[in-house]
Amino acid sequence: MNGDDFSLLSVIIAVLGGAIRVGTPFIFVSLGECLTEKSGRINLGLEGNLVMGAMAGYAISYLSGSPWLGVLVAGLSGAALGLLHAYLCQQPRVNDIAVGIALMILGTGLAFYMGKSFIQPQAPRLGSFSLGSWSDIPALRAALEINVLFIVGIILTPAMAWFFKYSRWGLIVRTVGESTDAALASGFNINAVRMLSTMAGGFLAGVGGSFLSLYYPGSWNEGLSSGQGLMAVALVIFARWNPVNCFYASLLFGGAAALGPALQSVGVTSGYYLFNAAPYVLTLAIMVSTSSNNRVLTGIPGDLVNPGR
Amino acid sequence: MKTTEKHYTLTRRSLLKGMGSVSLLGLFGSRMRYANAGSKVNMGFIYVGPRDDFGYNQAHFEGKSGVASQAWVNAFDQESVPETVEVQKAMESMINLDGAQVLFPTSFGYFDPHILKIAKKYPEIMFLHCGGLWDEKKHPKNVGSYFGYIDEPVYVAGVVAGLMSKTNKLGFIAAIPIPQVLKNINCFTMGARSVNPDITTNVIFTGGWANPVKEAEAANSMVDQGVDVLTCHVDSPKVIVETAEKRGVYSCGYHTNQLPLAPKGFLTGAEWNWTNVYTDYAKMIKNDELIPNLVRGGLKEGIVKSSPYGSAVTPAAKKAADAAREKFKTGNFTAFVGPIKDNTGKVVIPEGKSYPQRDLWLESMDWLVEGVIGSTKS
Repeated sequence: MNGDDFSLLSVIIAVLGGAIRVGTPFIFVSLGECLTEKSGRINLGLEGNLVMGAMAGYAISYLSGSPWLGVLVAGLSGAALGLLHAYLCQQPRVNDIAVGIALMILGTGLAFYMGKSFIQPQAPRLGSFSLGSWSDIPALRAALEINVLFIVGIILTPAMAWFFKYSRWGLIVRTVGESTDAALASGFNINAVRMLSTMAGGFLAGVGGSFLSLYYPGSWNEGLSSGQGLMAVALVIFARWNPVNCFYASLLFGGAAALGPALQSVGVTSGYYLFNAAPYVLTLAIMVSTSSNNRVLTGIPGDLVNPGR
Repeated sequence: MKTTEKHYTLTRRSLLKGMGSVSLLGLFGSRMRYANAGSKVNMGFIYVGPRDDFGYNQAHFEGKSGVASQAWVNAFDQESVPETVEVQKAMESMINLDGAQVLFPTSFGYFDPHILKIAKKYPEIMFLHCGGLWDEKKHPKNVGSYFGYIDEPVYVAGVVAGLMSKTNKLGFIAAIPIPQVLKNINCFTMGARSVNPDITTNVIFTGGWANPVKEAEAANSMVDQGVDVLTCHVDSPKVIVETAEKRGVYSCGYHTNQLPLAPKGFLTGAEWNWTNVYTDYAKMIKNDELIPNLVRGGLKEGIVKSSPYGSAVTPAAKKAADAAREKFKTGNFTAFVGPIKDNTGKVVIPEGKSYPQRDLWLESMDWLVEGVIGSTKS
């Protein structure tokens, strides 16, 4: 094996590891947003849920000694923010985008305020198990250290796809999202469906946040998320509101985030600002290449285009 | 992102409104100041981030707490103040409401235009900024700069790293390629190569002062490449030191003492010792002495220090590091003695030429020393 092959292999392994490690929070937030948007509402505030979840998860893990309890509370804190979003949005003449932005600021601000005393201490983190023990390349073994939440993400993705396609509840969510008229005619309680969808979406985003603080990078501080919740919301659009695509897109973003550091570590030292911007360049590239004049935003829930009321 | 700060300033502002006109309060404030001046020294500190970040801001907070332990000092602070007009409001409220006689706005970006603007408005207040930006020709007399040569303890940490590494590969995770950061990378590498010429230092620039995900990714990919000692120059080294510990490699700290974060793999680190600086300033104010506009120093002056050794450090490495530190403490040692080549092979300091620590040429450093794998070009 000569040096160049080894470098290329290292970069590939690092990107694979990054896809799994960095991509997991994206999976949860984008699946959550996918569910909310399918019901006909946009929750731009998931960045707030993510940061709140990260803080709550870390704090509870530190106070109780149980990281899994932390994950649960992180999810519940996200669901609470989702409840607030849904409640505000069902008031007359309230814009869900504006409420989302307000809740993003509220969620991060509240998390910073309550999280002050948890920046210093070290909380117990989530463990991982090794899928790479068959390999004798240490880098590959490190990349295949898998956290249970990633497995949960793998299971959740097809489950959500199935939910939308075949389950009665999934069809109700889609009906409410596609056409409020049809939903009303069928006798569904639109506000209740949207509230539950937003709460469930918020729960998932909160769990995604707890992955950040309790596993990778595994620490609570105010710069932890650096906009990942917002990116995940954008990711749903280019995944075309399809849970399986959300999963792949999340891995792609995770891998792209790992590209910059990986290239520098093997000695490719020029252009690191460009490589660090890889996820954003990727978003633009995919957006441009998938857009078309004759089929605008395929897959968007109908009520997001023409709000029924 | 900045909600909490906005919230605080808003309450302060509404407090002002509630208590009457702003100008009246200013009058009240200045009277308070003179009333206090005889008994206590009032010092205000402003940080750009949280004061318990295991990093830059915590170092200043520890300095503030250190000086506040003097009975004749009244020290107060505000954290997470962005480098915007917010810091002007924070400074004014410390002057008018808390009666500050001297202000320490610690972040680099506070200086121009914020400190300069407020300093003109309050000529009787002293504004001391952490960094080297004060210029006698351009800036008001009631402004000053203080800074420490932290590259000296970084060099000492390099000595320890050079002797502890088994793979001869060190890793340096840096935010952005500015002179201060490059000087630390070079000194770390030169320290290591002074005891082990086979050392190379791999550098990863993350592109920002606080990006925990990228820092963790950088740490992991360097460990994957065989790096077995990690250090950094970012705002909070916590994630990097913890990741190193998790991956079973050594780490050297920065800004504050991170030994508690990595009891197995922590070697040593470079820390600020602001308590010394702030106490000196406080004494000058108490004795009504003239405050110098520029304060600089390294290990000799006690402005910077080394973190305690971790349990893994061998006696031989401790001995070599102690010796290097003693050399710095004499005040005439410099690492920048020619011939020194940069990492592209160009001679940057010719044979026979040397630059003492206080030479201003070193403060415009834009090259990486031989042995560093990395590039300053973006």
